[in-house]
Amino acid sequence: MLKLPIYLDHNATTPCDTRVVEAMIPYFTNNFGNAASRNHAFGWQAEEAVDYAREQVAKLINADAKEIIFTSGATEGDNLAIKGVFEMYREKGNHIITTKTEHKAVLDTCKHLEKAGAEITYLSVGEDGMINLEELEASIKPTTILVSLMYANNEIGVLQPIKEISAIAKKHGVLVFTDATQAVGKIPVDVQADGIDLMAFTAHKMYGPKGVGALYVRRKNPRVKVTSQMDGGGHERGMRSGTLNVPGIVGLGKACEICMTDMESDNKRIKALRDKLETSLMKLEETYLNGNKEHRLPQVSNISFKYVEGEGLLMGVKDIALSSGSACTSASLEPSYVLKALGLDDELAHSSLRFGLGRFTTEEEVDFAIDQVTTAVNKLREMSPLWEMFKEGIDLKSIDWQEH
Amino acid sequence: MAYSEKVIEHYTRPRNIGTLDKNKKNVGTGLVGAPECGDVMRLQIEVDETTHTITDAKFKTFGCGSAIASSSLATEWLKGKSIDDALTIDNMDIVEELSLPPVKIHCSVLAEDAIRTAINDYRVKNGLEALPLK
Repeated sequence: MLKLPIYLDHNATTPCDTRVVEAMIPYFTNNFGNAASRNHAFGWQAEEAVDYAREQVAKLINADAKEIIFTSGATEGDNLAIKGVFEMYREKGNHIITTKTEHKAVLDTCKHLEKAGAEITYLSVGEDGMINLEELEASIKPTTILVSLMYANNEIGVLQPIKEISAIAKKHGVLVFTDATQAVGKIPVDVQADGIDLMAFTAHKMYGPKGVGALYVRRKNPRVKVTSQMDGGGHERGMRSGTLNVPGIVGLGKACEICMTDMESDNKRIKALRDKLETSLMKLEETYLNGNKEHRLPQVSNISFKYVEGEGLLMGVKDIALSSGSACTSASLEPSYVLKALGLDDELAHSSLRFGLGRFTTEEEVDFAIDQVTTAVNKLREMSPLWEMFKEGIDLKSIDWQEH
Repeated sequence: MAYSEKVIEHYTRPRNIGTLDKNKKNVGTGLVGAPECGDVMRLQIEVDETTHTITDAKFKTFGCGSAIASSSLATEWLKGKSIDDALTIDNMDIVEELSLPPVKIHCSVLAEDAIRTAINDYRVKNGLEALPLK
């Protein structure tokens, strides 16, 4: 029996896996100790749980447990990495390279640093959402201290070529930070093979709890340091003070362990469902896939349904939880800056939906979504003056629109 | 953000979707908004030339649920009104009727603009002077 509404917004957040919740529960009640309490069993027990989780997290990304700094989530990880590197390596330089399609947690952190004297280069992306490696290399200068490029984009799922990026950065002695929020737990991420120096990610995007994440900070070749952004008890090797969120950390560890064992089979199944959804919806006239079709996460599909406005469309698919790049769904009244960076017209950006499938998505749900989205698109096109003009062969660009 | 019942009702069962022949002398067309802004409304009225009474009204809208509901409601209100009375429809009446939240007020403004533009189109076609838009 199909249970409504259907959740297809897994890039926003994921449900906690019950195995994760079960692992966490004892650490709220019986094993409630402070991991920093060195003098009694309660503390030792908590510390042991944290150490175990640190191993689980490290294993998923092929890191050493000592290189894992627990945080409150990816936003904190992004802030700590970028601000922390900027402050730590200030004498070496003040230039940071990033891209226009980063998450706001990176972009706004960079904007903040600009006020503090940083010079930021915001690389453009191609139509497919990927950066140009030659442009990256050309923008590196003697003062460059960090390249901050996301692993997988949250709106379109496009994967940046991290391995090639880090090879270029290494050549010039520049550190590489990646916001891997959407990638870790979803696809194989290997900090050694990928040459990553710092990497932020979070539990709630991989079936773990909200409010906990981790920052990977390389300890060897090179040894990387960040200036702490939270002062206090000197937890997490002095890089992130604050009493450890033991149940959350246990949950993150368990979530990582499950992702590691289930990733291959999960991905095979989810990708097949994603492809089915995408192929079916792309059969509709005037639909456009946003982002590179090959270099992207297997769980996500971002499609523009031309001549239909995204928020109006979301209202027509009220039994499906989805996101749109439409301005109307954001407070800013601006359509998605990510889609605009791809060179999409505002109009197409307004017409986009992001489908994010997950571990618990069923074929029945995908079939339902195909059906409901198709019906809504057809219905809204029937009432769209733009669709009518398109059908009559009128070039919309030839009309003198009265903008508000 | 939750939609009001009336917005949902108009969105689910929109009134008067359609197209009138824009080339007819007694049809006034108002096309407002812009695709880049995510809202385009086309509102059309058919007017009895002797009484200047609106006998039919049709719309097509590209936009969010509130924009669709605003234009659907506008067509309902226009039918049977004289072109002078139709000018008294204020965007705040639409806001009130549909319980639009502040972020959706622009949808009602667009509907009012569409009404005025359609009436002006009819007026100009019939030798009357165009009225200023608000």
